[in-house]
Amino acid sequence: MARIIVVTSGKGGVGKTTTSASISTGLAKRGHKTVVIDFDVGLRNLDLIMNCERRVVYDFVNVIQGDASLNQALIRDKRVDTLYILPASQTREKEALTKEGVEKVINELSETFDYIVCDSPAGIEHGALMALYYADEAVVVTNPEVSSVRDSDRILGILQSKSRRAEMGQDPVKEHLLLTRYNPDRVEKGEMLSVADVEEILAIPLLGVIPESQVVLNASNQGTPVILEDQSDAGQAYDDAVARLLGEEREHRFMSSQKKGFFARMFKG
Amino acid sequence: MSFLDYFRSRKNTGSANVAKERLQIIVAHERGKREQPDYLPELQRELVAVIRKYVQIEDDQVQVELDRNEDCSVLELNVTLPERR
Repeated sequence: MARIIVVTSGKGGVGKTTTSASISTGLAKRGHKTVVIDFDVGLRNLDLIMNCERRVVYDFVNVIQGDASLNQALIRDKRVDTLYILPASQTREKEALTKEGVEKVINELSETFDYIVCDSPAGIEHGALMALYYADEAVVVTNPEVSSVRDSDRILGILQSKSRRAEMGQDPVKEHLLLTRYNPDRVEKGEMLSVADVEEILAIPLLGVIPESQVVLNASNQGTPVILEDQSDAGQAYDDAVARLLGEEREHRFMSSQKKGFFARMFKG
Repeated sequence: MSFLDYFRSRKNTGSANVAKERLQIIVAHERGKREQPDYLPELQRELVAVIRKYVQIEDDQVQVELDRNEDCSVLELNVTLPERR
């Protein structure tokens, strides 16, 4: 039985696809057979972030509609051999993702995979609901910014009422907060919500804090999941988050600015 | 300047605390609404229609709220009647 993890946020542009790519790569690197599914029908992008855009032949909707088998649609990652990508379709309408169709694909994947990571589209429409419906766990990607925090709270409400676990009265979806684009310098200046502020408002356990970093754009330019940039702060922060997702205890890092000395603070230009 | 900045940065004068306060208020409000049953807006519309048979009121002069407590729920109805002329 695979563990199903949705990466969601409500708001767009906060780092869902970046996070899906890194978390799935991190799980696979640890030896777990992992598949990451792009639920953003019509606007697929996970393939670009994972550098397999030129290898897409069949997609998620083809599989649901019976035009291709799962084996034909799954793309095996070239860096980590326990990682597979199921791309979204680029053309068909969103309603192609039916609850029954998604369930069929997830059940089939469940037989052979350890982890299924669902990369949700932005918003709270059909595609986002389908991405979270079958989830056992949810990684709620949030930026320390008012609209993102509010939308995350909205998504938490939906997880608690509209997921399969909620509808069936099972144990609730396990929620994790992943704070991305965090800038400790601005937090110290009082210009940005702190980790503690966001934790207090959303009241869910913290999975990790990803510092705002130039490495993230560089990695996406090249189609490398940031987690593979293992010398970088963002890459290491994602690695910590994956370890915590697997139950490991790891101290949080990158939450305070690189400490400047007293004199540097006093006499900075 | 930088000497003064040092002391200024100690105080919490940034906009982050404004953000936090605003978020706490809106999130609490939206959570309250989320927990209300789906039929409340419909109930409110129908109540307005019934009252309008007798008194001219605006849509927003009827407030319907459900307060849930441990062992009972209270449906609170607030109707503001127009002033007598």
